[in-house]
Amino acid sequence: MTESDDVWKVNRERDGKSEQFVSNFPEPSAVGKVFAPVAGFGVTIRNFFKPTVTEQYPENQDTAMPRYHGRHQLNRYADGLEKCIGCELCAWACPADAIYVEADSNTPDAQFSPGERYGRVYQINYLRCIFCGLCIEACPTRALTMTNDFELAGPTREGLIYEKQDLLAPLEDGMLNAPHPMVPGTVDDDYYKGDVTQVVDEQVDWVRENRPEEPTLPENRKAESARG
Amino acid sequence: MTSTADQATPAVVDTVSLTIDGSEVTVPKGTLIIRAAEQVGIDIPRFCDHPLLKPAGACRQCLVDVAAPDREGNVRPFPKPQASCTMTVMDGMIVNTQHSSETAAKAQEGVMELLLINHPLDCPVCDKGGECPLQNQAMSNGRPESRFIDVKRVFEKPLALSSEILLDRERCILCQRCTRFSKEIAGDAFIDLQNRGAMQQIGTFNEDVLEFDGYEPIGVAAEDESGRAFSSYFSGNTVQICPVGALTSASYRFRSRPFDLVSSPGISEHDSSGAALRTDHRRGKILRRLADNDPVVNEEWITDKDRFAFSWQNLNDRITRPLVRGDDGELHEASWPDALAAAAKGLRAAITGEDAQGAAVLPGGRLTMEDAYAYQKFARLVLDTNDVDIRTRTASDEEEAFLGSSVAATGLGVTFGDLEKAPAVLMAGFEPEDEGGIVFLRLRKALGRQQVFTVAPFLSRGAEKLDATLLSTAPGGEGKALAAVKGSTAASEALKEAGSVIIVGERLAGSPGAFTQALALAKRTGAKLVWIPRRAGERGAVEAGALPGLLPGGRAVSEASARDAVAKAWGVDALPGKQGRGAADIIAAAHQGKVDALIVGGVTPSDLTSNLSAALERTGFVLSLEVRRTEVAEYADVVLPVAPPSEKSGTFVNWEGRLRGFATALKTDAMSDHRVLDILARELGVTLNTATVGDVSQQLGALGAAATKHRPAAPKIDAPKVDAKPGEELILASWHLMVDEGALQDGEPYLAGTGRTAVARLSAKTADAVGVKDGLVTVSTQTGALELPVVITEMADGVVWVPAKSPGSWVAQELGVEPGARVMVKGGV
Repeated sequence: MTESDDVWKVNRERDGKSEQFVSNFPEPSAVGKVFAPVAGFGVTIRNFFKPTVTEQYPENQDTAMPRYHGRHQLNRYADGLEKCIGCELCAWACPADAIYVEADSNTPDAQFSPGERYGRVYQINYLRCIFCGLCIEACPTRALTMTNDFELAGPTREGLIYEKQDLLAPLEDGMLNAPHPMVPGTVDDDYYKGDVTQVVDEQVDWVRENRPEEPTLPENRKAESARG
Repeated sequence: MTSTADQATPAVVDTVSLTIDGSEVTVPKGTLIIRAAEQVGIDIPRFCDHPLLKPAGACRQCLVDVAAPDREGNVRPFPKPQASCTMTVMDGMIVNTQHSSETAAKAQEGVMELLLINHPLDCPVCDKGGECPLQNQAMSNGRPESRFIDVKRVFEKPLALSSEILLDRERCILCQRCTRFSKEIAGDAFIDLQNRGAMQQIGTFNEDVLEFDGYEPIGVAAEDESGRAFSSYFSGNTVQICPVGALTSASYRFRSRPFDLVSSPGISEHDSSGAALRTDHRRGKILRRLADNDPVVNEEWITDKDRFAFSWQNLNDRITRPLVRGDDGELHEASWPDALAAAAKGLRAAITGEDAQGAAVLPGGRLTMEDAYAYQKFARLVLDTNDVDIRTRTASDEEEAFLGSSVAATGLGVTFGDLEKAPAVLMAGFEPEDEGGIVFLRLRKALGRQQVFTVAPFLSRGAEKLDATLLSTAPGGEGKALAAVKGSTAASEALKEAGSVIIVGERLAGSPGAFTQALALAKRTGAKLVWIPRRAGERGAVEAGALPGLLPGGRAVSEASARDAVAKAWGVDALPGKQGRGAADIIAAAHQGKVDALIVGGVTPSDLTSNLSAALERTGFVLSLEVRRTEVAEYADVVLPVAPPSEKSGTFVNWEGRLRGFATALKTDAMSDHRVLDILARELGVTLNTATVGDVSQQLGALGAAATKHRPAAPKIDAPKVDAKPGEELILASWHLMVDEGALQDGEPYLAGTGRTAVARLSAKTADAVGVKDGLVTVSTQTGALELPVVITEMADGVVWVPAKSPGSWVAQELGVEPGARVMVKGGV
């Protein structure tokens, strides 16, 4: 017989005469004892009379709070030029290294944003993004904001890397798709200050001359809406 | 190779002791306060201060509180803060920087506030953002809050100083680093301070604004294509030293941010100086190159070619997979095993087949030492021939004898430091600004302390900036000109001073007797002699023995004992003893169909006077090892892709003999030439043992330098007299300008825009005799003709100078002759 066998024996003996469990809750009253089997339904019954908080998703999509950090959007100025100048400050701020930007020079033939510089490549990898919002805080031109769109799932990894065209804000009525020249007589500062409020005829004429097929031209928009 | 030559003997220097922020520091007399502070690790903010430029005190950012002893020895404070970048130290001085003095800190904040008044806060669009001294120091030494509410001064931007350099004047803080660099270092004053007061700005030179003695930046000949007066080969350095984003380069503008970039150190592949570079790349693509700080070689400067010409290696014609010519006569992509088998088959037929006439190797002059070693070993062991020559340029047997006797394996000879210290320098067949930019900068650093003589047909702009004395000669007459430097001539007297240097360039090979005379002159005057080639790989190839008559370490092929020594080291019975043929002879033989196989490395056919393309066409089997699909590929049977310098490691040996090893900057699966040759040799049943850089350096180290008896004898060739007279038939002078249409400058239009317009230079007398019409001449030979505008230059009569490979002036291809040959020159076109 070894020493460990001794230990085992002692333990077995102790287990044999272990103490009975005694609750330290107060003893229920007589009525309590009667209703004890259905007491658990109290919570349920109480909630019958409270307002519903259940979200009817996906039937009801109106679910996010106004400042919810959802998918990003690259905004445009009122005349349709892009706000992004490709400065990469968003990429710099990103703690998850989810943003990749390459800038390039605007040229007279291809002016995408006011000033000299625009973002040629803009990618956000939503497999990496943690929706912290540091990028939109860093953006010096308010080009990057976050929308309420949270439906970011997909079957492929590639598909979750959003490119510039996936992120650009839709062209609202009256906006003209870039590239096109800035409003004549303005400089980039006027855009930053919000002094440019609409497309002017010179810009429309330029696009008409260079890209007559552009769907955001007024006549093409009209034709499109006539077609239904 | 030791580097002892560069270590200055510690001389006794006067020192002074002072106190900076309470720490005692002892520095040499004459040290600036800002440097003394650096030595004790105290950082004083600065913009205009640069250790390689003279003090200016322009930005006032480095203000510190100073107290110094007066005549009685009482330490008394200066009434106001002083600029620490212009004030030298004094014994017993007490300096309090912003760390210990409220006054200094407040003064610095005030200066920063003033500098920021007109600085646009466009950091998000500025290329300097993220690596900007102004940004950083505004954070560390500026006021936390701005009080400025007025409208900032604006200028139109950017102002293109050249096709490469752009100036945003509103960002400028007037530190004058750029103007000081261009005046003091490069000698091209192309921008200067303009105007006064609040409107003061850096701008292009304008005589109306600045009375500047009628300076003409580039003279009549050197306007760029746009007609803009700009001519510096070193302008890119101003971008690098600009402490704000005022100067930017067109090629890097808006391309990336510093935090995107991975930086790797490297060595320039563009000239034989071996300048240290920093390669910045992102996602496998090189975005820019900067000068690295190497005090013994390039200090902190590089040429624009080093800086901007890197896109050649990633153009669309880059080959990444082997190509084999199929039965249909077209090149098809093939696997490495198939391509190696095809290459081995072709080479085997050329060396072992019936009536085999053998194979030859033309590696080209742009290779690393390891690659050159592999090529020559491949030729000697696998192909059993000494027909290997890297000199795809003007070359001669005299030059080879000179290289074997006086250059190969001589270790670190004359250094950049020696050039700077030399009391006199004589150059022959070498244009420092065009053919070795860093050499030019070092010589210019000694301006005023050094006499420079140049043996050339005329005083080039670079030589003029060195204040050189012209020893005028027609090309071919350099030998006689060197022989005339004797007795009590000024040059001879100057060279007799200890430490003087004679520089001979590769172009002397076209001038019989010149190397002989250069050796004699060195002996006569006691001056040191140094050979400065143009291409980066030349000196390394000489060390590695990739010449027809030279084995590794300077051993002569003609010496049986030298051959045996190498054969023993390589573990073979014997090496081929037959003297090899030079590049020109190989091509001539191939032209006659007398070479069965040719291995061609980085050779550009248009650089050669002989028609390489036609020779390749007549050669049975052509194997090309190339980075890009060049013209050689059109005639090649097998093309094996090799790595460009940024994708491989290796060693360039610069003209000093200094080993300039570099590691791989971009890791790709491209292989170096030496590795490809190693695999190919294995396919042919020979162990070359050149798979890695380590293997090669081990072998080169084991071989060592040749014993004197194994070396070729020094050349002894008589220098002919050259008879140059004005007339229809003139002697051709030519050299490569730094920025031209060389293969390694492809794909860089911004750099090309800064190149000089091609012109023909004639003396007034010669031009009269020729009869220039409409300012144009036609320079012709039987092969072809060049039509160029004429510039009348003070130069030797009977000589016409044209650039070697500038736009519209491809001398080798069009004229098919080398400098020194006679060409027909007519007025008009």
